[in-house]
Parts: sequence; structure tokens; C-alpha cells
Amino acid sequence: MASVLLLWLAVCLSGTWAVDKGNFKTCDQSAFCKRQRALKPGESPYRALLETMELTNTRLTLQLINDNNKVRLLLELYRLQGNITRVKINELKPLKPRYEVPDVLIREPPTEPLSLLSQDENGVVLSLGAESQRVIVSARPFRLDIMEGRDVLMSLNSRGLLAFEHLRMRSFEPLRSKEEEEKVEDGMWEESFKSHADSKPSGPSAVSLDFSLPGVEHVYGIPEHADTLRLKTTDNGDPYRLYNLDVFQYELYNPMALYGAVPVMLAHNAQRTTGIFWLNAAETWVDISSNTAGKTVFGKMLDYVQGSSETPQTDVRWISESGIIDVFIMLGPTPKDIFSQYASLTGTQSFPPLSALAYHQCRWNYNDQKDVQEVDAGFDEHDIPYDFIWLDIEHTDGKRYFTWDPHKFASPKEMLQGLVEKKRKMVAIVDPHIKVDSNYKIHNEIRSKGFYIKNKDGGDYEGWCWPGSAGYPDFTRADMRAWWASMFAYDQYEGSMENLYTWNDMNEPSVFNGPEVTMHKDAMHGAWEHRDVHNLYGFYVQMATAEGLIQRSGGVERPFVLTRAFFAGSQRYGAVWTGDNAAEWDHLKISIPMCLSLGLVGISFCGADVGGFFKSPSTELLVRWYQTGAYQPFFRAHAHLDTPRREPWLFGPENTALIREAVRQRYTLLPYWYQQFYQAHQTGEPIMRPLWVEYPQDPATFAIDDEFLIGRDLLVHPVTEEGARGVTAYLPGKDELWFDVHTFQKHNGAQNLYIPVTMSSIPVFQRGGSIIPRKLRVRRSSTCMEHDPYTLYVALNPQRTAEGELYIDDGHTFNYEKKEFILRKLSFTKNILSSVNMAPDAQFSTRSWIERIIILGASKPSKVTLKTAGGQESQVEFEFDASMSVLTLRKPGMNAGVDWSVTLQ
Amino acid sequence: MMSYQYLLLLLLSLGVSAVEVQRPRGVPLSKRQFYEEGKPFTCLDGSRTIPFDRVNDDYCDCEDGSDEPGTAACPNGSFHCTNAGFRPAFIPSSRINDGICDCCDTTDEYNSGAACQNTCRELGSKEREIMKEMAEIAKEGFLLKQQLIQEAKSGLEEKKAKLAEVQVSKKDLEDKLEALRTVKETAEQPEKEAKERHLKAWEAAIRLEKDKAKMAEVFLELDDDADGFVSVADLLTHSELDPDSDGSFTEAEAQGLLGGVDKVDTAAFESVWNNIKEKYVSEETREPVPENDSEQYPEEDIPEEEEDDDEEDEDEDPDDGDYKVSPVRISIRFMKDDHEFLFKTKFICLSFRYIYRLCPFNRVSQKPKYGGSETNLGSWGKWTGPEDNVYSLMKYEHGTGCWQGPNRSTTVKLTCGKETVVLSTSEPSRCEYLMEFTTPAVCQEPQSLYPDAHDHTEL
Repeated sequence: MASVLLLWLAVCLSGTWAVDKGNFKTCDQSAFCKRQRALKPGESPYRALLETMELTNTRLTLQLINDNNKVRLLLELYRLQGNITRVKINELKPLKPRYEVPDVLIREPPTEPLSLLSQDENGVVLSLGAESQRVIVSARPFRLDIMEGRDVLMSLNSRGLLAFEHLRMRSFEPLRSKEEEEKVEDGMWEESFKSHADSKPSGPSAVSLDFSLPGVEHVYGIPEHADTLRLKTTDNGDPYRLYNLDVFQYELYNPMALYGAVPVMLAHNAQRTTGIFWLNAAETWVDISSNTAGKTVFGKMLDYVQGSSETPQTDVRWISESGIIDVFIMLGPTPKDIFSQYASLTGTQSFPPLSALAYHQCRWNYNDQKDVQEVDAGFDEHDIPYDFIWLDIEHTDGKRYFTWDPHKFASPKEMLQGLVEKKRKMVAIVDPHIKVDSNYKIHNEIRSKGFYIKNKDGGDYEGWCWPGSAGYPDFTRADMRAWWASMFAYDQYEGSMENLYTWNDMNEPSVFNGPEVTMHKDAMHGAWEHRDVHNLYGFYVQMATAEGLIQRSGGVERPFVLTRAFFAGSQRYGAVWTGDNAAEWDHLKISIPMCLSLGLVGISFCGADVGGFFKSPSTELLVRWYQTGAYQPFFRAHAHLDTPRREPWLFGPENTALIREAVRQRYTLLPYWYQQFYQAHQTGEPIMRPLWVEYPQDPATFAIDDEFLIGRDLLVHPVTEEGARGVTAYLPGKDELWFDVHTFQKHNGAQNLYIPVTMSSIPVFQRGGSIIPRKLRVRRSSTCMEHDPYTLYVALNPQRTAEGELYIDDGHTFNYEKKEFILRKLSFTKNILSSVNMAPDAQFSTRSWIERIIILGASKPSKVTLKTAGGQESQVEFEFDASMSVLTLRKPGMNAGVDWSVTLQ
Repeated sequence: MMSYQYLLLLLLSLGVSAVEVQRPRGVPLSKRQFYEEGKPFTCLDGSRTIPFDRVNDDYCDCEDGSDEPGTAACPNGSFHCTNAGFRPAFIPSSRINDGICDCCDTTDEYNSGAACQNTCRELGSKEREIMKEMAEIAKEGFLLKQQLIQEAKSGLEEKKAKLAEVQVSKKDLEDKLEALRTVKETAEQPEKEAKERHLKAWEAAIRLEKDKAKMAEVFLELDDDADGFVSVADLLTHSELDPDSDGSFTEAEAQGLLGGVDKVDTAAFESVWNNIKEKYVSEETREPVPENDSEQYPEEDIPEEEEDDDEEDEDEDPDDGDYKVSPVRISIRFMKDDHEFLFKTKFICLSFRYIYRLCPFNRVSQKPKYGGSETNLGSWGKWTGPEDNVYSLMKYEHGTGCWQGPNRSTTVKLTCGKETVVLSTSEPSRCEYLMEFTTPAVCQEPQSLYPDAHDHTEL
């Protein structure tokens, strides 16, 4: 649910339906951004003092001096395991410590030795180990170039935009001769926005650095923005902004900040993928420019013909309000290398309970227990599966989280028990703003423990949110988080049970009466200003909540926590959704690039409110949204309080059937989804991924964001156009085959395929060469399907081979960490399909068996023989559909966890 | 694995078939003949024929799911529970062995390990009890309805009679006036002073008479429930009478107007009338009837009974003199020819935060319990029940608008009951309210209820 207080904005909104941009800053209205952006590329005033260089086994340090003001910086350079270079720049002697982001890195990244290749008065050359990779440190002006062979992969400060506003005393700052240093600009020591003043006790503290990416025309990432997958150049407008904000009715296709921020950018061309991770939690702006941006295809051709073409290049520039420069340069070279490099720094996607991958039914609000019971019964009556029903803020006693409305939810355990009996679950919202009310236990404890964030004058910070006046616990404190986690214990959180999970909303944090609907930057988190930690707040809230859910079960059960705000590393704690979208076709479309961008930076468990949060969808839009959402990682329908009801059966039997079918498709594919999450948890690879990740050398895929892959084997092109009669899907890979999963029709890769569609169509293709397990016995919840048999879909490639995996565990505990799981490798080669154990040291048994094997692109065998572990052989019956070349093996019947092979003769 | 499954199925089916008519698991008696032991089975859609040992072998062979009535193998299959002692039922075959007890005879969970109890007998007797109770309610409700129809009819008659009286007396007065004028005119030459005095006296007398006639008329109009008294509740419908005109016409204020009592009869009404006549606005002028009232009813529902004809007449002749039997007209709505009707009464339902008020055929409103102004949740719109039961739902529309949302509206769900009360009010969707309302007015003739109530409990 969520969104900003209606009253505040109602006035501004009357008439038009869109974000009120005036509530949010442009770069020009953000003093440091304006200041920094005014610096133009040119000669950098920074010089490396080579005589200060110290090289140890793990790092190089070097002082930099700004020749204009003589302030010295300390550069640290590390070579990290896995082809990552870390560059840290701080003041050599800051007046007081500058903020360095804790808790985001999963550990202090292990280093590898750097060696000096050469040195003279102009600079030094260091070896980055293998593959002839080097870093060249140029002294005057200071710049860094990362080379491989003769190619420059990335340059830092090549445009001279390194800027480091050193901390200073306000009145004693000596005047410098150079112009740009001597004037004390507006907004350095205080600034205001609308009616809000920012006291800026530390004065100017911004940092900025530019990166040049030769040969790169495509950059991605830096979510969260409601924009295309491929990032745009920002020369003619504002930079992309990273500042977690509760944006009411956000607008599409622009660089405005949204609820979350992951300061990670990927750069890609057909030869290489690189990444930049800018570890800074303050307000950040990212400028992107490109020397080919303005050129037409014809212009580029002309350059080529004339031989006068300069290499295409993208330049980016990061600007943050405070903290230090701490950059991880991930050198790839493949997209998958980037994912594993980034995962080695910030961790991988948490492995959710299987049920969390099923369908979620939400609404602001299910009104009372009776309502919950009726909706639950409605799903059974209409034979639509679902696993989770959600309660938004109205379930609480006056927006006091951890409590229940005594009238509407008088007996929550009874309600939860009712769901247990259907093997279903519930999520209740717990937001971080705490009602200031001396009769509220949570508030009293936080206050008495001194856990609230303080205002600039040292009192508890108070702002307005759902409950009225509210305090904001300081989640940056480990002791506060530990206390918060303990509040989820069954004896603390009254009315909670094992099947109750949690949703953290409003954790940007949202402060209705604060500047830009968030917290004042001069609020204090201990010694640090909110300015320093802002983008981390939501990350910490989810971290503490997930920890609470783990602890309440004694460390046995996997948590499930949904968050709206996030930062780098949030993938470790649960799921993210794209916030308060709207029931409009463009919002359905944007759900694809928004989740793809999140996946690229590690956050795989992403979804958008199915149906759209604000406004009421047309029936067609609702159906299309279900069809799209069924193929996105987090699949939840949600609706605003003011919208008419939209449970799936309220739109006539025909549409109920269409929605039922979409949801059922999701449930049949749960084994595949679960396996994808297991993989993502191991490798950090995105689950919902752009085509270019799998086809990195095919430029035709680089900008596609109306279709996507799930893992590497399913390609989905949802219908997102109103009244569509057909869609054109790009099927990648010139040696690939793609099989329509509904008709089994075979298509060649590397083509644009026009697919006629009706209201029931969800264009999905399985890659030839893959094996996908499904459970076709869709039941009322995923838990009910636990022991059901599998059907294997074997899609052959032109070489008539295929492979896949099958992962099985108990679906909800951490026992997989204790090697309690089954991981099988399924492969088809030389007419033999076999299952072999990929994890011989793991132990788990399943009651599930293989009920059917469907081989796409097969020829007709004369005989099919099943061989099981004991060496027993038996004949398997089959059917062959010659028109589609589909071979169906009837009931081979072997257990899914054992070795077997099936031979086609 | 395979042989184990076969064995298990075999054992289980033997166990079950020992007590019942021999047929594969999950097949209803009515389809037994299609499943002949040992003979090839043809899918019920005729699509293919398979050996009998593939029926219920936990693999789906038929497109229509008919070969697996007793397993979860077919996505579109259905399973028949006999439920001896209760009602038999079909459940989707996805609910077989899912660990959740669906059939009260436990037959759906034969291999899941779920510990189901056979609850058919309890359910059966509970259902029979409820049926009995409902039949009781229906019976009594139907009697009450008849009674109410009678009362309403006689009330109507009575009011008509009174109306006729008033009309007569008015006519008399007019005649007298006419006569006096004639007298006056013939007596051409009396002194001016005397003449004027004379005239004034008579005019006052006539005014008084006229006022009395109007008073009688208003009394009838106000006396909504035709009980011969004007009560506080009756007055409250006329917010223009609010003495301090502060927008909130309270019961205390109404009582004040009635001279401190709860209700007054015709005699006592005289003093009340003096208090209110300045402000009183007739219900006719206040709430203009819809342009074509009968339009709201399906054609076939325009009754043929006399009473209804009267109603129609009154509806269609709004200018028929100053005299209206408006309270009567509004208080009884005949629906269909079986005389379902509702009273014009206000029904109040308290939720923990709001007071909801339903005035049938007029409007629904909501008022905070602890002060605050009233919100209109919709004015009478139309009947919106399903085709076979149009009068089961009322829709009140075009209430106060919601921010960013629709105008408030209310659906009133009518069920048969002995009393006429609002049971509950809820807001399932923002600004869309639902009221549950019981009344004898919708009770059906009892014999038509649940014809199957006691059938099919056994096989």
C-alpha cells in the first residue's frame, strides 16, 4: 500500500493525475548538485604526489593534492579477488571523520597482491595480475587508467571532474586566490527547500568523480528509476538521482529518484561488460553522456565510411553529498562475471520459502477477519490458487504496528489458524514509523532505550506519517536492530504465528511533513547526520525485520520480508516491489525494465503491483497484468484503498478463467522458479534477466526491455499493449531453437517473430537445449503441491541435446545449508535422457516422482527403455505427435531424487 | 514405485468398495455405468478408449479428466464424495490427497496422511437443524408478511376514508364560504365598518377551518406508520422543522416540538401544528417523485390488483388537487403480484464507529457516533438482484463523492427474517457499502423452500 498523505497533496493534485514534481528537488535545487555540476570537464586541479606512494602486498596508497587549495587527499587502491579494483579517496586529514558505509559489504573484501611494473616522474604502472591488466596512475593531472593489453577499459578523472569538498570551519576558512574556491556559495552552510531548512552543520562535503568508458554505448542499472532498461544520457536534463523517496504517483520515463537506490552501473558492449559500484549512502546524482548519443545510425555509418569515426564512448559522473569516494570497479569481462563479482561484495539474493514465489493476494485493505475469510473462500470457490493474503495498515490498532485492530481483527490467531488449515499464509505490514503514544509499548520502549533518531537539537525526531505524530527508530544502530528483531518473537508480537510474515513499507523513510516527504538531513543518527546514511535506512529496516523472523523460529525457518526502500545488499533480506504504481498500460510496461534493472544489481526478487496500485484497471489491463506478473519473480496483486474491489472473480466468468489460467501457469512453473532462486542464491545472477545477459555479443538485444528471460531457458514477451492483436518478439541466438510453451511450435533464433495474440495469449518460449521441470497438478496452494510428481519438458536444440537441473528441498527451512537437498543434473544426449546427482554430499528424500516426460523436437522412437539405479529395466509407453514432433513418455514413474536414464531407440 | 502405487490403490479400492456399490473411486452413482470393470474405458468426451486398468492409475489419459475420477492426476477432473449422512458433493480433483479434508466422509484424503474425521453426521444434523430453523423463519416470516399486507391495506383504506372526509369538509367549507359571499353580496348596504368587521370575522373563521384541514392533512402525511400518532421519529424526517436550523435536527429537539412527549394524537397535534406550520414543507414538494416512478420496476411487475392501480393513479396525477395521500403512497411499495412490500421506516444499525441509517426507497446515510455530520451513502436507485431474484438486492446510488473515488453507493441485501432489521453494515470497497437487511417482506411461500432438503442424504 502506502503513498503519501492524501491531505498534503490533494490540493496540488486536483485536476491532473501525476507526480507533483515541485515536491522533489531538481539538481539545481540541491545545492551540492548544482555546485558540482557547474564544474566543467577540463584540467583537474589534482596532482598525485608520487613521493608519498606506499605499496604493500595488498594496497597502494598515495596522496593527492588540490593545487588550488593545497588540501591533500589520500588515495587507496586495492586489487580484490575476482577481478575487482577498489579505489578509495578520502581527505588525508579531515576535520572530523567522514562517513564510510558499513554493513553493506558482506565482509572486508579479500585482496590480491599488486605489483609495480614501472615508475617514473609522470606516474606508475601497476599490474592487476592476469590478462595483462594494468592500472596506470598519472601524476599531473591525477588520473587512473585501467588497461587490458592496449585497450583502455575505464579511466577515472580523465575529464578532471574529481572534486572533494573538504570539511572546514565556517568562519575561519582562509580565502584562496582562485575564484572558484574563494566564494562561499549559497547553500554551502544552509539551504532550504520549500518551507524546510537544512542547517548543514558540517558545511559543504560533496564528493564527485568521473569515469570514461571507451567503446561503450550501453549502460544499465542504478535503480530505482521508472525508466527504460538502457540508461539515457542526461546532458539535456537532470542527472539520474539516487535518494530514497516516497514519490506520490510517480511519473514514468524520467530520472527522478524513487523508493530505493543501488549505486551500481553496468557498462556493456559486444566484447566486455564492466561495472561501477559507488559505495555511498548519501544523496547521489549520476550524469551520463555519450559521444554517439546525438548521432543517427546514418551519421554513425558516415563516420565509419569516412574512417573518421572516433571510438564510441560513454562518460559518467557520480556526485554524492557527503561521505567518501569508495568505488569498486568490476572488470567482468562477461555479464556473469560481473554478477559474481558484485555478489562477492554484497552477497546474493536470499533464498525465499517456496510459497513466497507463488501468488500473493493483497489489498489496502482487507477490512476484517470475515473479509479475509471470504476472500480466502472466494479463491477456493473459483478454483484459483493463492498462497499469501496480505493485510495493509488498517489491520493495526490505530497504525500501531505489532498490534491488531480490536474490533476488526479481534482474534488474529483464529484467522491465521484458518489459513494454516488451507496451507496458506499471511503477511501483515510493519512500518518503521512509530506512533508517539505513551500507551503504546513499542514507542515507550524505543523512547526509554533512546533508540529514536534525534533531531538537530537533540530531542527525539518526530514527523507525520500514518499514525499522526511518529518517531523513527534508529535502525543504523545494531542494538536497535537487535531489539527490533526480538519484537517478532511469538510472545512479543501478540497474535502472530508461524504463517505470518512481514512487509516493511514507508522505509525511505517516508515523513509526510518532511522535506521531499522524507527526513530532515540534519536529523542525527548518533554522531552521523541523516544526510550521510539516508539511502541505508530502508536496507537496515528490512535487515532487522528479516533477522526477527529468523530468530522467532530459532534460526530454522527462512524469512519472507517485502520492502519498498532498498540499497546495495538489500537482496540478502527479501523481496522488493516497485512501489505505488498506477493502473495504466504504461505502468504495466515499465514493470519490465524496472525489475530488469534491479535484477542486474543483485535484487532478483522483484515485482510490481499487479493491476496497478492507484486507480482502477480496465478488465483487459487487469488480465494482461496478471499474465505479465505470473512471469515476474514477485507476483502480488495490490490495490489502493479508494479503488473498487478487484479480486480475480469480479469481472465475469470469462475473465476469471483468464486470470485463473495465468495463475495456474505460474504454479506449474514453481519448480523452475524455485530452482532459479536457488541458483541466484548461489551465484548472484539475476532471475529475470535482459536478453543481452545471455546473448552479450548480439547488439540487437542490448536495448530490449519489452521481453525478458527467466533464467536462461524461458523467454517471455508479455502482451502490454491495449487491444493488441499481436506482438513481435525477438528470439535471440542464431543457432538457437525456441519452442512455444503452449503450442510446442518450433521457431529459429535470431529473428523477429510476429505472434498473433488473443486475450488468453502469454507468449512464452522454451530454449532448445533446455530441460524444465513443472508440476502440472495445480492445487490451491504451493504447499499442497509439495509431494506432487514432475513433468519434464525436454526441448532439443539442433544438436539434439538438452540439459537442465532439478532442485528439491523442504521448501521453507535453512536445512539446505546443512546439505539437505536434492540437486540433479538432467541431460539429454545421444537419445538418452539421464538424471545424475550433482550434489553427492547432500541428503534429502522426496515423495515426488516423474509422471511424464515431454520431448520437443523429437523423432519417433521404436522403443523407450527406463533404467533405474538397481539396473532394472522397463519399457515406457509413449505417444508421438508427428505434426509437432512431440514425444510424450507416459508415466515412467521413477522417484525424482534417484539416478535413472531413459533410452530412446 | 509403480507397483507400490498400484498395490496401494488396489488395496484401498478394495477396502472402500466393500461397503459401497462397486465403482471406481470418485465416480458418482449416476455415472457408474460408464466405468465397467474389466472393459475398456472410453473417456466421457469420447476422445479415446483406454484399458480399464488405466482408470484411476494416477496418470491423466483423457482430455476431460474422466479416467482419473479418484486421483489428482487430471488438472480438470472432479471427485465425487458420497458424504453419507450429509449432502454428496463434487470437488476439483486437485483437492484429492492435498492434506486438507474437503469431503466430510474423508474419502478425498485416502493417501495424504491427513487425519480427517468423518463429520457428515454432525454436518447433516446441523444442516437439518438450520434448514428447520430457516423453514420456521420463512413460515413465520411469510405469515407476518401477509399480516403486514393486510394492515397496510386497511391503513390505506382508512387513510383514503379520512382523506375523503377531509375533502368533504373542505368542500363544505368552500360551499359555506360561497354562501356567505352570496349573503354578503346581497346585503349590499350595511355600514362599511360593520361590513368589514363581519367579513374579517368570517375570513378568520375560514382561515381557521382551512388551517385545520391542512393540519389534518399534514398529520396524515407525518404519521408514516399510520398508527394514529405523530412520533419523534416521524418528525425527524422533516429536517426543515429543526428549531435552531443548525443542520442537526435531534430527537430532543423533535420531542420539544411535540411538547415534551414521544408522540401525539390528532388532538394534541393541534398545538404542535402551531409550532411547525410556518416551517413545514410537504413531502410532496420536498422530494419530488421521480419523473416516472413505475419506470423503476420491470414491466411484468406492475401489479393488476386494485391497490396498485390506485397507486399508479396517484403517481401519475401529481397535480390532482392539493390533496395527496402521499404518506400512504410512499409507505407501501407493492412489488410483484405476490405483494412483497416494505415499510417506509428508518432502520438503524450501529457499528463501533458509525451509525448507519437506512430509509428504504429513500436513502442510506452514515453518521459518526461521536459527533460529526451525516454523509449520504446513496439515494434509492433500483433493484439489482439476479434475474431470478431481482428483489434480493437494492442499490442506493449517487451519495456524497469520495476523494479520488466514486460517489458513495450502498447495496442492501435482503433476506427473509421474522423481524425487519438491519443486521450489519460494511464497506467492502472504499465508498461502496453493503447492508444486510432481514425482513418478512421477502419471505417466500415456505413450501417452495428447499425441496431437496431431505433427499440425497443417503445412497
